[in-house]
Amino acid sequence: MPSAASQFNTDATRTVADLGQREMVQRSLSGYQKTRSSNADRFQDWESARGRAAAIKDEAISQLDQYLIQFEEKLVARGVKVFWANDSVEARGYILDLARTKQAKSIVKSKTMVSEEIHLNEALEEAGFHVVESDLGEFIVQLRREPPYHIVFPAMHLTRGQISDLFQQKLGTQPTADPEELTMTARKALRQEYLSADIGITGANFAVAETGMISITENEGNARLTCALPKTHVVLLGIEKVVPRLADLALLLPMLATAGTGQQITCYNSLVGGPRSADELDGPEEMHVVLLDNSRTRLLADAEQRDTLRCIRCGACLNVCPIFRNVGGHAYGTTYQGPIGSVLTPHLRGLQSWQHLSQASSLCGACTETCPVKIDLHHHLLQNRRNAVAEKGSLFQRLGFKAFALVVNRPSWFGLATRAIKFFAPLQRIFNATPADPVWPWTKSRELPSFARRSFRDLWKERTP
Amino acid sequence: MSARDSILARIREALRAGGARHLAESEAQPSDRVTGVRRVLPKVPNDFSGQVALFAERSEVLKTEFLPCSDESAASAQLKIVSDREKWESVALPADDRIRTLLSTLAVAKLEVSRSMAKTDLEKVSAGITGCDALIAQTGSVLLTAQSAGGRALSVLPVHHVVIATSAQLVADLPAAFEVLEHKYAPNFPSFMTFITGPSRTGDIERVLVLGAHGPRKLTVILIGGEGTSAGDGTSKVM
Repeated sequence: MPSAASQFNTDATRTVADLGQREMVQRSLSGYQKTRSSNADRFQDWESARGRAAAIKDEAISQLDQYLIQFEEKLVARGVKVFWANDSVEARGYILDLARTKQAKSIVKSKTMVSEEIHLNEALEEAGFHVVESDLGEFIVQLRREPPYHIVFPAMHLTRGQISDLFQQKLGTQPTADPEELTMTARKALRQEYLSADIGITGANFAVAETGMISITENEGNARLTCALPKTHVVLLGIEKVVPRLADLALLLPMLATAGTGQQITCYNSLVGGPRSADELDGPEEMHVVLLDNSRTRLLADAEQRDTLRCIRCGACLNVCPIFRNVGGHAYGTTYQGPIGSVLTPHLRGLQSWQHLSQASSLCGACTETCPVKIDLHHHLLQNRRNAVAEKGSLFQRLGFKAFALVVNRPSWFGLATRAIKFFAPLQRIFNATPADPVWPWTKSRELPSFARRSFRDLWKERTP
Repeated sequence: MSARDSILARIREALRAGGARHLAESEAQPSDRVTGVRRVLPKVPNDFSGQVALFAERSEVLKTEFLPCSDESAASAQLKIVSDREKWESVALPADDRIRTLLSTLAVAKLEVSRSMAKTDLEKVSAGITGCDALIAQTGSVLLTAQSAGGRALSVLPVHHVVIATSAQLVADLPAAFEVLEHKYAPNFPSFMTFITGPSRTGDIERVLVLGAHGPRKLTVILIGGEGTSAGDGTSKVM
């Protein structure tokens, strides 16, 4: 199996050459940027809103133990079963056991990235359960046996033609170029699934400690159906989802929508605090909440990058990232793509195997600027580079930087070096952009700028009387 | 050690090691938590008619059908118009006298939700008609709960959702809506509460907006006392 880094190179190169896919991605995102900025402008003070949102999440993170205990207590009081999972194995194990105990046949899911993180669908299917994703985009990529392309827009890379072909092949429908007709096909197919499912699995966007509730943000209504119809509701969430107070959502819900999809607030923002209570008409008989660590505590221990736990998974950093926009979501080979994925994945899966994602960045800082909870993303990418080298730098890197430091710290050596380059430059031109070129890794896909005839130092000398 | 204990132990250790509990708390002082949030969120007019106008404007953008009516009989007449236009054959409603009365002139089959009813019955009705807890001018949202809206399914399974609200339920903004929840229910909150903002939608195919992805394709909000009410009437309400 190729390393994650070489797989990334291969896949990224392929997408960069796929102009059709890049155009799809750019087109989707240009619409997003317009609605996002008009909705951010409707805020009286978007910048202060970011500061407040970051402070709310920081407050939760800095007393995470206490807030989690409070969250659990409130849920348990309402008859919810709370399970703590150290890692994906434990989380999957609990849900699998539950499905077996309930003698479930079919399971309906609404979008949850944590379930992608722990590869829940594969495990459930392997154990013989019928699992259906109900979010339209997730449903589409599930039919294609593909991971989501983007944490918020899972099928953004596909054209209506591709989706029509897929539905024709898998669902036996007539071809159509009408997104509405395609959506209605999925609506019809999924209605049956909700009505017959034994278990509904959802994620959570926020976990309210004060009142013991989970909050789910969505547009389609699939999460509402998933927690209304099946007899058992399972919620899978990372421990960092907790927020202190119910009223904190008054700020976080519109911020998540504005940053995530460019809406002022999404269509449905639901709070679920338990199974159906005695005086209620419907709802599940049981509710289970699975609290997952899976390396989040390791991130918490990293004081420098702890702010990453503020992340509300809005996807804004992906949307503005020039790398994401050109290499696409699948090239990352991770659950979380884009800048947040490049920062998170080394913590979740190991720095040495995933530090290459921190190299794939222009460090332009667009991610940091757009983040609604002010995560210092592009500096974390730099820190990952530093940490990777400090932990296990190559001899070439170490010697190279030593030599570089040696030269730039000495004006006379530096002068010599620039003159040497001027001498070698014409030689390089002969082999320019061929495999014999000493700077081939650069010139195979880019132009090497030519050196100025006279250096700045020469010019400066002339001008100074 | 249980997973719970080991996760909590790791959290405490991590917070200690990182110099802990010192992250930016400065920006959200408890004293100005609500007013501070209100200052950054989108602006909302202070007066009732301004708020009705804003709700109407948001509804237009969201493709919610918003029908302010002067009183109950006007609301009843509006329901009749909607019913004829949409060719309703049946509606589902909670066991609620006020909604029953409003629908009394409608010649359609009426299904009152109960514990024994099948989910498939709800799916087949032409519309689900519910009350709510609040309308939010700032966002054009409807706030409802399993208690105020006849459970979880009635407002999401039928293809058309009609909300009946009164002028006293219109609040300015999201912080006020959370205050409504606290005052009305705390500490015994319903097991399900939701903010509904427009009919169900998706943009998952080429970012083209399609209504009625999984939930209702149509959302109608009838505000009783929302028309012909003088501007001064609502100013004393939560702001």
